[in-house]
Amino acid sequence: MADDVILETEGLTKEFHGFVAVKDVALRVRRGTIHALIGPNGAGKTTCFNLLTHFLTPTRGRIRFNGREITGSRPADIARLGLVRSFQISAVFLHLSVLENVRVALQRKRGGSFDFWRSERVLDSLNGRALELIDAVGLAPFARTLAVELPYGRKRALEIATTLALDPEMMLLDEPTAGMAHEDVERISALIKRVAVNRTVLMVEHNLSVVENLSDTITVLARGEVLAEGDYRTVARSPEVIQAYMGSGHA
Amino acid sequence: MSATTDPYVGATLPAVAGVSPPHVVAFLIMTAALVAAPFFVYPVFLMKALCFALFACAFNLLIGYVGLLSFGHAVFLGSAGYGAAHSAKVWGFPPELAILFGTAAATVLGVVVGALAIRSKGIYFANITLAFAQMVYFFSLQAAFTGGEDGIQSVPRGTLLGVLNLKDTLTLYFVVLAIFLLGFLLIFRAIHSPFGQVLKAIRENEPRAISLGYRAEQYKLLAFVLSATFAGLAGATKALVFQLASLTDVHWTMSGEVVLMTLLGGLGTVFGPVVGAFIVVTLENYLAQLGAWVTVVQGVIFVICVLTFRRGVVGELGNLLRKSL
Ligand SMILES: Nc1ncnc2c1ncn2[C@@H]1O[C@H](COP(=O)(O)OP(=O)(O)OP(=O)(O)O)[C@@H](O)[C@H]1O
Ligand SMILES: [Mg+2]
Repeated sequence: MADDVILETEGLTKEFHGFVAVKDVALRVRRGTIHALIGPNGAGKTTCFNLLTHFLTPTRGRIRFNGREITGSRPADIARLGLVRSFQISAVFLHLSVLENVRVALQRKRGGSFDFWRSERVLDSLNGRALELIDAVGLAPFARTLAVELPYGRKRALEIATTLALDPEMMLLDEPTAGMAHEDVERISALIKRVAVNRTVLMVEHNLSVVENLSDTITVLARGEVLAEGDYRTVARSPEVIQAYMGSGHA
Repeated sequence: MSATTDPYVGATLPAVAGVSPPHVVAFLIMTAALVAAPFFVYPVFLMKALCFALFACAFNLLIGYVGLLSFGHAVFLGSAGYGAAHSAKVWGFPPELAILFGTAAATVLGVVVGALAIRSKGIYFANITLAFAQMVYFFSLQAAFTGGEDGIQSVPRGTLLGVLNLKDTLTLYFVVLAIFLLGFLLIFRAIHSPFGQVLKAIRENEPRAISLGYRAEQYKLLAFVLSATFAGLAGATKALVFQLASLTDVHWTMSGEVVLMTLLGGLGTVFGPVVGAFIVVTLENYLAQLGAWVTVVQGVIFVICVLTFRRGVVGELGNLLRKSL
């Protein structure tokens, strides 16, 4: 069935001044699954995310989302289609409160964001939903705190809440649990599992137990190329994968 | 939204969002002082300060809330001045229409300059705005209707809405005060609007705002056009007050002066630009007898202020009171 695949790339390639960071990648992400993209440092995972959301323009190749070609679409428009990314380096609005951070995302779906003559109090109607999302990532006690005051792990949690606020059909998470304390990792992976029930998640993750726990499918990338694909057991047994991870000093 | 009553706000945090009580109190104090002022201080001096204060507030909307440094904002002040002066003097427009016409001219220029500059960042943005400002300056020097070096002189002030005779200085003062307050409140509202919220998000982290589906350029362009429009309102009003539109207002030094006012008062604070404008205009007034040394003395004062009050006068005050002003 064609619409079983929500995101599909064909020959996706990115060269930086002759250096090939992503090479001929054909990715197929099935709707409603959690798909992990793993690989050693510098494998091209983040670059892939940047290509999918058009934060970088591919040198070659095509990207289809929901049966629609999005290769040349503007980043903001891709987000509006329901393909929303997070960033490897936590991306929050530092001098806005936690509540405002999430509300900015809710506000986008609400519309009326060019209204410069209206009081921002009209946004208070979004507070209820925002607080629910904040609670879901364990940040309820910090709702009024400026994001800049949060420790790193909590900033990541905030970023996930903000992404979720858009209720995207598909989320791209770049190392969602990086830098988190152990119990936060568990809370966030439980959250990802919960929110993935009615959406698709593509995530880059270095924590292999999180990957094993969550993912339906794993794509292994090394030096820009797809090395292996399948479920955790298949991939973990692949000699190329073992070789690549050993070779780069990863266990 | 008052954050001060909230149990989760740490004592060190300023009220983050919304119209806070300190804003209201400060606004009332400012308004009362400005209503009383013409009975104690020379009104023409006050009107000059008010025009510059509005100009600085318009400039601050861009640098303080979008993080864009325009180095050509004199274009909007000056061209609105020419528009208002020309339409009042040559076409016989009444003052309200002359101001409207001058302001609209600045809006149109704002759309053009904004559309060209908004995609660039940092120093490139400043460069493009400066280049454009120089073009407008040389155009103003050469064009016939601007009067070249002489400018447009003896602009009639006329009768506002057919009722208020603006030849009377006090009447004129209260009209200028009303225009200033209107502009100030509209800018304040824009900062504290759904649009202002998106602007802050873009200033904080543009890629993230884009990834949430905001077309950042469109928001920045609207902010630029609003800023140009209010700068124009200030320039058009100023032309009627001084009955003069001249090259001074399109010169790059004027673009520099508004940067100075905003930094002195406190960039990104609501009241800072107003305080900064009053300080600079007062200084110029008292230092006028020094002749060419004014700029040097101004420069020294500026350096001292920037080194001692990094956040500007209002920024430091707000920090002291732990309130965002
Ligand atoms: N803008 C760029 N210009 C030049 N080279 C780049 C650029 N972005 C990434 N690269 C290079 O492309 C390669 C892939 O980088 P990428 O960030 O995609 O890796 P990654 O798989 O996300 O690694 P990590 O696990 O460390 O996050 C790296 O060698 C990197 O140096
Ligand atoms: Mg990466």
